[in-house]
Amino acid sequence: MKGLPPVLITAVVLVAGFALCAVQFPNIASTRVVGNLLTDNAFLGIVATGMTFVIISGGIDLSVGSVIGFTTVFVALAIERWGMPPLVAFVAILALSAAFGAAMGAMIHVFDLPPFIVTLAGMFLARGASFLLSTESVPITAPVYSTVSDFALRLPGGGRLTAVAIIMLTIVIGGALLLRLTRFGANVYALGGSRQAASLMGVAVGRMTVKIYMLSSLLAGIAGIVFSFYTSAGYSLSAVGVELDTIAAVVIGGTLLTGGQGSVVGTFLGVLIQGMIQTYINFDGTLSSWWTKIATGVLLFAFIALQQGLVALARRPVAKRVGAVS
Amino acid sequence: MTALLPRRGLAQILALIVILAVDRVVSPQFFDLRLQDGRLFGSLIDVLNRGTPVALLSLGMVLVIATRGIDLSVGAVMAISGAIAASLADTHSLAVVLAAALGAGLICGLWNGFLVAVLGMQPIVATLILMVAGRGIAQLITEGRIVTFSSPDLVWLGNGSILGLPVPVAIALGMLILTGAVVRGSALGLLIEATGGNARASELAGVGTRAMILAVYVWCGVCAALAGVIAAADIMGADANNAGLWLELDAILAVVIGGTSLFGGRFSLVLAVLGALIIQTMNTGILLSGYPPEFNLLVKAVVVLAVLLLQSPKLSGFAGVVTRLRRTKA
Repeated sequence: MKGLPPVLITAVVLVAGFALCAVQFPNIASTRVVGNLLTDNAFLGIVATGMTFVIISGGIDLSVGSVIGFTTVFVALAIERWGMPPLVAFVAILALSAAFGAAMGAMIHVFDLPPFIVTLAGMFLARGASFLLSTESVPITAPVYSTVSDFALRLPGGGRLTAVAIIMLTIVIGGALLLRLTRFGANVYALGGSRQAASLMGVAVGRMTVKIYMLSSLLAGIAGIVFSFYTSAGYSLSAVGVELDTIAAVVIGGTLLTGGQGSVVGTFLGVLIQGMIQTYINFDGTLSSWWTKIATGVLLFAFIALQQGLVALARRPVAKRVGAVS
Repeated sequence: MTALLPRRGLAQILALIVILAVDRVVSPQFFDLRLQDGRLFGSLIDVLNRGTPVALLSLGMVLVIATRGIDLSVGAVMAISGAIAASLADTHSLAVVLAAALGAGLICGLWNGFLVAVLGMQPIVATLILMVAGRGIAQLITEGRIVTFSSPDLVWLGNGSILGLPVPVAIALGMLILTGAVVRGSALGLLIEATGGNARASELAGVGTRAMILAVYVWCGVCAALAGVIAAADIMGADANNAGLWLELDAILAVVIGGTSLFGGRFSLVLAVLGALIIQTMNTGILLSGYPPEFNLLVKAVVVLAVLLLQSPKLSGFAGVVTRLRRTKA
């Protein structure tokens, strides 16, 4: 039952917020709007899934936004300038980003360094590398791109479930299963609970750390490909600051930033809440986009304060808690 | 004064000298200074002038990091104070403008300090809130526009000169001396280090750890606000979107280069400022060498990795071997 109560609260906030929006603008409650919301936030959902693993394991990954930016530039150049078939370009960039994540994970473990700083260096490195590749926006004209962008499942009510939204939903479901049902997922929770205890229990801490950051970078790479589908271009400045939106989504989704607790489903709800705020602001028309930031900040505060309260409550009656768990 | 510049500053000073030498190779006029209209000009002065915002941020950041904290919101606080200063500049006196802008920084610092010290939140998380929301607040103040002003008083703050030095450099120097005098002239610095070393033990030993933590975040907010005012005065306007963007990372980097451990417990103000100067000397060097400024990020990444490896506890064994070898040779 790890992390369930905060997820419930996130769900209640999402439903209540959506109901409020729907009362003011009845058109929001349509499959069209929901379909667009999923499409617009597809890349965010994918990175946030990876970030959930990292944060539950007690780490943080600041490099994801830069990896997305690098991926879009790399894919665009590989297809348009270097003449690679799109599929080969995708495989190459995914291998590259996975290796990048693995390297960061290895540095964190081998040299016993704080993840915050290592991934900060990774953020500079990936963004700098994408600037080196190209500083201008490179349009992608490959036929695969128009095929994928045009593909969509029709939903009742005129909405469209686009290919990128389907990719995102698949990854979210896959991530949730990986976290809940596999030994890997259990080890992620164990690492976040206590590194030392996990190690004593027989978890290969080093290998796990490498795998977790590899997963996060790999998903950031996939998010980058999805982002390039979404914009049909590669640009070195794309997805600047996405790491913050991602962390915010994970925290709003009820994952404890100290590690050990959280869920992919909650993160998905967190992404939806951010998307909902954005949609509301678009519908309203008079509110400016910066209200998104303020609203996200307020939500962040509310959720962190709530977690703090829950943790404090859980700590007080120790005897009772032990009884409840067993 | 030994407390201000400990012996461990040697590596940083050497690094700065090496980078300066590289800059001199890249641009032969690098060390040229000339006096014009009562103000010094030259690449060196330029480095000092451009390095001021990060140097000011690192002054606050180093104290926060010494308590085992971190403040991610300084860039956003810069945007807020810059926005306030720019909106008030043409209708109010300099004193009012400064009071309002620095007051805003103080409030931001209080908020962060409250979350960390009183509610007990993790510093990264607590300051993330203001980092996300702060830019929104700054845009609220400027109403999404880039606010420009022409008040000569505020422009002087960014572009004037005192005794030949640019005003921002003089301000940063003043702040360094002030902070140093307060923190190292009293037991305050020691108490801050104690808080970072082991908060619980310090609390039991009678250190007011909560007050210490609150105070360092407040000081960090004020320093950030001052940096924001100077950045706004420099360009005679406030851009809520871009003012101070990513400077929190530079400030943290400066502190780390300055040898302050991210795990708290010890700090050096002078070395943190030196770290900021090292970063700026690199930036300026890359600009002068004609490489695209995008190179900065790559160079910074390499520097962070190098510094990290030097600080890594796992590698200190290796470093110990090296020093022993050197000693036997000598």
